[in-house]
Amino acid sequence: MLAFVVRRLIVSIPVLLLSSVLVFALVTFSGDPLADLKAKNPPPSPAVIHAREHLLNLDKPIVTRYGIWLGNLVRGDMGRTIAGTDVRSDLARRLLVTARMVILAMIFAIILAVIVGVISAVRQYTALDYTFTFAGFLFLSMPVFWLGALLKEILAIKFNDAVGRTVVYTVGDSTPGLTGGFFSNLGNYAAHLVLPTITLAAISFASWSRFQRSSMLDVLNSDYVRLARAKGLSKSRVMVRHALRTALIPLVTVVAIDFGAILGGAVITERVFAWHGMGELLITGITSKDTNVVLAWLMVSAVAVIGFNLIADVLYAYLDPRIRHG
Amino acid sequence: MASGPTTGTSTTGGPDLVETPGGAQPGPKPAGVVEREFTVAVRSQRQMILRRFLNHRLAVASLIIFIALLMGSLIGGRLWHYGFADRTGDYSQPPSLKHPMGTDDIGHDVMALVFRGAQKSVQIALLVALLSTTIGTLVGAVAGFYRGRADALLMRFVDLVLTVPSLAILAVLASVVGSKAGGWFFVAIVLAGITWAPISRVVRGVFLSLREKEYVEAARALGANDRRIIFRHLLPNALGAIIVNATIVVAVAILTETALSYLGVGVQRPDTSLGLLISDGQGAAQTRPWLFYFPGLVIILIALTVNFIGDGLRDAFDPTQTRVRA
Repeated sequence: MLAFVVRRLIVSIPVLLLSSVLVFALVTFSGDPLADLKAKNPPPSPAVIHAREHLLNLDKPIVTRYGIWLGNLVRGDMGRTIAGTDVRSDLARRLLVTARMVILAMIFAIILAVIVGVISAVRQYTALDYTFTFAGFLFLSMPVFWLGALLKEILAIKFNDAVGRTVVYTVGDSTPGLTGGFFSNLGNYAAHLVLPTITLAAISFASWSRFQRSSMLDVLNSDYVRLARAKGLSKSRVMVRHALRTALIPLVTVVAIDFGAILGGAVITERVFAWHGMGELLITGITSKDTNVVLAWLMVSAVAVIGFNLIADVLYAYLDPRIRHG
Repeated sequence: MASGPTTGTSTTGGPDLVETPGGAQPGPKPAGVVEREFTVAVRSQRQMILRRFLNHRLAVASLIIFIALLMGSLIGGRLWHYGFADRTGDYSQPPSLKHPMGTDDIGHDVMALVFRGAQKSVQIALLVALLSTTIGTLVGAVAGFYRGRADALLMRFVDLVLTVPSLAILAVLASVVGSKAGGWFFVAIVLAGITWAPISRVVRGVFLSLREKEYVEAARALGANDRRIIFRHLLPNALGAIIVNATIVVAVAILTETALSYLGVGVQRPDTSLGLLISDGQGAAQTRPWLFYFPGLVIILIALTVNFIGDGLRDAFDPTQTRVRA
């Protein structure tokens, strides 16, 4: 198992490198990052521009720039933004904000998907199954930002009006100027988290519940479940101990595969709810042609995706004794 | 391609109900002439698939609605008496007979905007589906048929494409090319550059299993070369999986394109797209909800019908997945 993990980690290094080269080249060729600075009125003196170019290594050839970036990355330094601030400290702060939302949304979506999927499978071809199926397709066909905006602009505001005070917040990840420790602000964080989490979870929930349904159906039709029933075990015991346990395993892989898509969804969700997370960093990085910022986002996300897939594979082998990684 | 073998099942693993050993030879079987012990109306594989699809009422209804939406989006803008750039002189009007979807604050007719946006989205989605299905099928076919080094190389490349959250790559790419003239065309190419990867994986899987079938061996014994085996024998049998995935790509492309436009890196002004319209309408969702609802509903309707069509096709091509008794 250890050999498997190590091998997978080694294999993923070239993938990371190649994607960083790709994105580096793309962002670099997309335009002049100092265009905004140069277009300022009154125009900054050549000395200022030159100093900024020097700070960002823009006066060096492209290959050298990539080499410097890579060298710094290995030492844990992600370079500077166009404005000259440190990327890593900014990223670290934003990572916490985004991770909060992503992890919560995933847990929420998994639990909901399992419940709905299993009920759908057990009550196959009933009105309940059809309702869940239709809801699944509906969420699958709904743009994340539209759902988010709908929750935010219509439902949440109506709800808050009805209650008479702000219960769920619609903007930001926390109230600005919040003082005190993490735990004393937990309630405030939670109130801000409700809508983005529901939004982000709804999209993954749709496909996962469909998947869980067919996975559960497969198991329910297998011989060993029929045997368990024939031996006289109660229906609920067969469902939970025999069928559900097996039917949960394939979901692990699907969740891992979808992880990248969830990170993408988080970018959009953050935009809808005006969060200052990693997604905002990515979008401002792209629009301002800030190579270091985009690369930083990419590296963190790619490492997360690779790591997540690795965990899923290991977990899969642990859950399903038929799979052994040599 | 369409005149391929009419026997043989479409996807992997299913029981070969119609296939006789080595029976998937090219050249149509004279239907109805075959003498059987029990007289049964002989239907070709294609007829059976069509029948199964037509029996799927939701899918057929979706197909009709989808075609109507397609027609509406492609030619509706030309027929409608307001252009998407026209100022009508009616500001922020709620829906009325004159403006069925109302007007925005600078006098644009929302119906005209939605027509234009839907046209862009549909054009992009169809082009993406065409491009990515072609590329994905070719790559998957080569990888699955030849295996070995070509397979390893191509699939590592697919891994690379899939490791990085695709929205980030798309956003970077689209911001580079999106502002160029004919923006929607580049956005489509960029989207196709990502969406072919999952298709190639599916096609590869199907090819890996199909290439071991007896009829391939028989064709080879008859002297068929690789190209003939791939295009005449394997591809028609992989068609089910390919078509179903193409429908998924249409839905994904519509949702991704609108998301990119919402983030400001897809279709650029002065042109418009459904994502841009929602982005504009979001702030007005409370006061002028028609600006926000109509573009969103059109996206959902397109994606939902495409998903239902895909579901119907999947059932039609592979009935083994549906007839399960709980």
